[in-house]
Amino acid sequence: MSAIVSSGTAARRSNGARMFNRVVIYGLLAFFAIVYLMPLFVMLVTSFKTMDEIQNGNMLSLPSAPTFEPWVKAWGETCVGLTCAGIKGYFWNSLKMVIPAVLISTILGALNGYVLTKWRFRGHTLVFGMMLFACFIPFQSVLLPMATILGSLGRFGITLQNATGFRFGFGNPTVNLVLVHVIYGLGFTTLFFRNFYEAFPTELVKAAQVDGAGFFQIFRRIMLPNSLPIIVVTVIYQFTNIWNDFLFASAYAGTGESMPMTVALNNVVNTSTGVVEYNVNMAAAMIAAMPTLLVYVLAGRYFVRGLMAGAVKG
Amino acid sequence: MSTVTTPEISLTPERSTRTSLRSRLQDALPKIVLAPSFVITLVFVYGFIIWTGYLSFTNSKTFPSYAITGARAYQRLWRWTFESDPPSSWYTSITNMGIFGFLYIGICLGLGLFLAILLDQKIRGEGLLRPIYLYPMALSFIVTGVAWKWFLDPGLGLEQTLHQWGWTSFHFDWIKNKDFVIYTVVIAGVWQASGFVMAMFLAGLRGIDGEIMKAAQIDGATTIQLYRRIIIPLLRPVFLSAFIVLAHMAIKSYDLVVALTSGGPGGSAWLPSNFMYEYTFKRNEMAVGSASAIIMLMTISAIIVPYLYSELREKSR
Amino acid sequence: MRKFMTTTAMAALMVAGCGLAAHAEDVKEVQMLHWWTSGGEAAALNVLKGDLAKEGFAWKDVPVAGGGGDAAMTALKAMVAAGTYPTASQMLGYTVLDYAAAGVMGDLTETAVKEGWDKSVPAALQKFSVYDGKWVAAPVNVHSVNWLWINKAVMDKIGGTEPKTFEDLVALLDKAKAAGVIPLALGGQNWQEATMFDSIVLSTGGPEFYKKAFNDLDEESLKSDTMKKSFDNLATIIKYVDPNFSGRDWNLATAMVIKGDALVQVMGDWAKGEFVAAKKTPDTDFLCYRFPGTDGSVIYNSDMFGMFNVPDDQKAAQVALATATLSKSFQSAFNVVKGSVPARTDVPDTDFDACGKKGIADLKAANDGGTLFGSLAQGYGAPPAIANAYKDVVSKFVHGQIKTSDEAVTELVKAIDDAR
Repeated sequence: MSAIVSSGTAARRSNGARMFNRVVIYGLLAFFAIVYLMPLFVMLVTSFKTMDEIQNGNMLSLPSAPTFEPWVKAWGETCVGLTCAGIKGYFWNSLKMVIPAVLISTILGALNGYVLTKWRFRGHTLVFGMMLFACFIPFQSVLLPMATILGSLGRFGITLQNATGFRFGFGNPTVNLVLVHVIYGLGFTTLFFRNFYEAFPTELVKAAQVDGAGFFQIFRRIMLPNSLPIIVVTVIYQFTNIWNDFLFASAYAGTGESMPMTVALNNVVNTSTGVVEYNVNMAAAMIAAMPTLLVYVLAGRYFVRGLMAGAVKG
Repeated sequence: MSTVTTPEISLTPERSTRTSLRSRLQDALPKIVLAPSFVITLVFVYGFIIWTGYLSFTNSKTFPSYAITGARAYQRLWRWTFESDPPSSWYTSITNMGIFGFLYIGICLGLGLFLAILLDQKIRGEGLLRPIYLYPMALSFIVTGVAWKWFLDPGLGLEQTLHQWGWTSFHFDWIKNKDFVIYTVVIAGVWQASGFVMAMFLAGLRGIDGEIMKAAQIDGATTIQLYRRIIIPLLRPVFLSAFIVLAHMAIKSYDLVVALTSGGPGGSAWLPSNFMYEYTFKRNEMAVGSASAIIMLMTISAIIVPYLYSELREKSR
Repeated sequence: MRKFMTTTAMAALMVAGCGLAAHAEDVKEVQMLHWWTSGGEAAALNVLKGDLAKEGFAWKDVPVAGGGGDAAMTALKAMVAAGTYPTASQMLGYTVLDYAAAGVMGDLTETAVKEGWDKSVPAALQKFSVYDGKWVAAPVNVHSVNWLWINKAVMDKIGGTEPKTFEDLVALLDKAKAAGVIPLALGGQNWQEATMFDSIVLSTGGPEFYKKAFNDLDEESLKSDTMKKSFDNLATIIKYVDPNFSGRDWNLATAMVIKGDALVQVMGDWAKGEFVAAKKTPDTDFLCYRFPGTDGSVIYNSDMFGMFNVPDDQKAAQVALATATLSKSFQSAFNVVKGSVPARTDVPDTDFDACGKKGIADLKAANDGGTLFGSLAQGYGAPPAIANAYKDVVSKFVHGQIKTSDEAVTELVKAIDDAR
């Protein structure tokens, strides 16, 4: 497919025209790459400048005397509220929330997609349609009722505590966030897996059934091993969204010991009254985005392969 | 729920004529597996929508109050819908939603497809370019908003830089202009999401069967014809998926507006999500906020449900 | 549903027994929600943390920055919905009363009587810290809004003197304009515009008028010719801002004055924190004047620590927090750093700079003379629904959606009526 320009029609063209085509294509790609990189460039140069230079100089100019001070400060010294130990400590809070949330929502999405394509029942389209429409609910309007329910779970946790001596995670802010992100991520994960399994040959499932394989056996032995691409797609999508969530994180886990990275970053960046240290802010933002950027670069290849294998086909 | 419990599993093995407990459990298993997710959706999405709808008919202010007092919130929104001079915040929000939604989704789709087609021409360094187009998705807009704000500010960013470079007639002050500020939100929004759309299209392109295109080329189709007549129509499902993802992002674009414009000159950059947040949490008019959420959801369903209907009906044929 | 529960439990196990850590409630601890996250503010609050530590109380920080407290108030609403109150929360004006009416605030009257707060805290502030005869909040500071912040070097260059009337101010701005300096530094965000308009209304209509219009919301005053004149005055001085003012953050506008790019900013006294942070001294580098025609009156807003109705075993910690907050030493130490003035009138002004000393004296005089008024723009004149409707109208007037002062007055009355 990618050979369209270079083969077939191109055979009739002169070498010069082909050359010209390639130059135009590379030129356009480079142009857009520069446009896309511009904000990152601004952030990067700012993060290496001193405050004086930021206030008095051009935002697009390179730092006259590059300094790593803002990065050092963002990492280990800047104040998040009254605690001045940088943002390094909040990685773990985010990770212990993001990883379970992504795993659980992905597993559930895979199971849902499997049922909705290979074990259909009357009304399966309605069920799927309803779960898909759920993607559109504005999060602001679920904030308070969800808080009420999480509050009840917390009180239930205290009852459990008194009865059994163990709380089973009820009322724990991190667990609450996992719960919320699983609930509101289900629509998307189900969409991804359903559309992927839609294209998956049903004959294989039927053959396995004839051989006497059960529901979970087929899922584990046949579906899952063939789902790697879509799993990567879903994980990346969920990871990005959950890592960057601020609304739920600030409302349900604002306290110091469970505060996720986004809330910490927001506390560094958003000041009500006081001096704004742009260089530290930019450095902090880039440090906070490292895990997602890393996931993009490392999994980028699989991302596209995953999509190719069916995630976007309807 | 009744839809779930109605038994008729298409793939149930036919040999299970003897309905032992075990096989009946096997039959019900798929529904048991799906049920939790569906129940969660019912409670935490549709239950909350009903709750929000209920509140919109009350006199809820700072906190929810549960005494029905009538449709005053809707009456106010209805009245505000037609107040265009001076524009009410609601009028601004919904007209902006129209402009933003149309341009954001349109440009993201167009640009995403364009970049995907370019990247698909056996490009050297694709592995480098792809993350460059994708990375904006990874960054939290809390901070990229600041970078964009500077960049678009005539006194700090692009305009000033070009002036310093000698192009003094260059003028770009949309972010300061009440009539154009919404377009700067489109620019930043497109920057953030178009790379993701590009990836979806790129994947779609690579999924297309090479045989189809070879056949078309042998028939003498030009490259442009090939794309217009064959490839792009084949990408129809990708368009629809991308549309769902983009529509969902467009509707939830709250932080984009706040970080970039702080609401714009005289509130001219508001979107309905800003309106909803302002009224529910900042102005303590929860009934109005809830009513606006319900209207948003109804508008979304008017657009999305027909699509879902046609798409899913087609699939299950 | 069982699957759902299992999932939850699984999640609980995954996060490595965090469920265990959260239970035992330490009564020797205060949990504090606030949005003071920037360097200077955090330093100021750290004084309180230190004071409490000396008495053996740990500080559990719950900072949520953003939108001048908006994000924190959203988080607070979610906490209250969940039934998990913090010990105290930074709150503003009518919000305190809303929460008190909802019955979630505690009662500090006993401590207040013992410490004599009702005598030392200005009556205007007590309107918000006392609900239904009970003390529900501890005021931390008093900010004043009707200030001019002027770059002294620029002032000397153009040969300006302190403006005493609105006309003086316009003349001064003209001088700056003639000298090629941006006369007025403003950030075109609705709260900044409305904050400046608060001062203009006080200057144009006088103390009585301000009170009737912006505290009592008297409709006759709101649609009066005086209000029209105020909008005209706003239109007059808005001509002196630079073309890029729209959307600018307030601290960037302050920076313009600090650098000498602009002559004057009309802003609350938190702007002083910026000057001080830039190592500038009052009277040598910058000047603080009352907005012309508002001498003798103070438009205030105040940060308060709302005290929640916590379980009995946390009450001792709460009382300790409130007592420490209103102690004279903390009030002095905190407000020196923050740029505001103490929330009690009996704190010595020895540690304050010239502007601070003037602020303290003005507050005392205004309190005694009955000319201490809540800022409408800052949420101390009317409940948030009305205050924000007001900001809408002012901002739309500044940015041209509302074209004449006649229209502005009509819109103002309509918007406030709608929000009542």
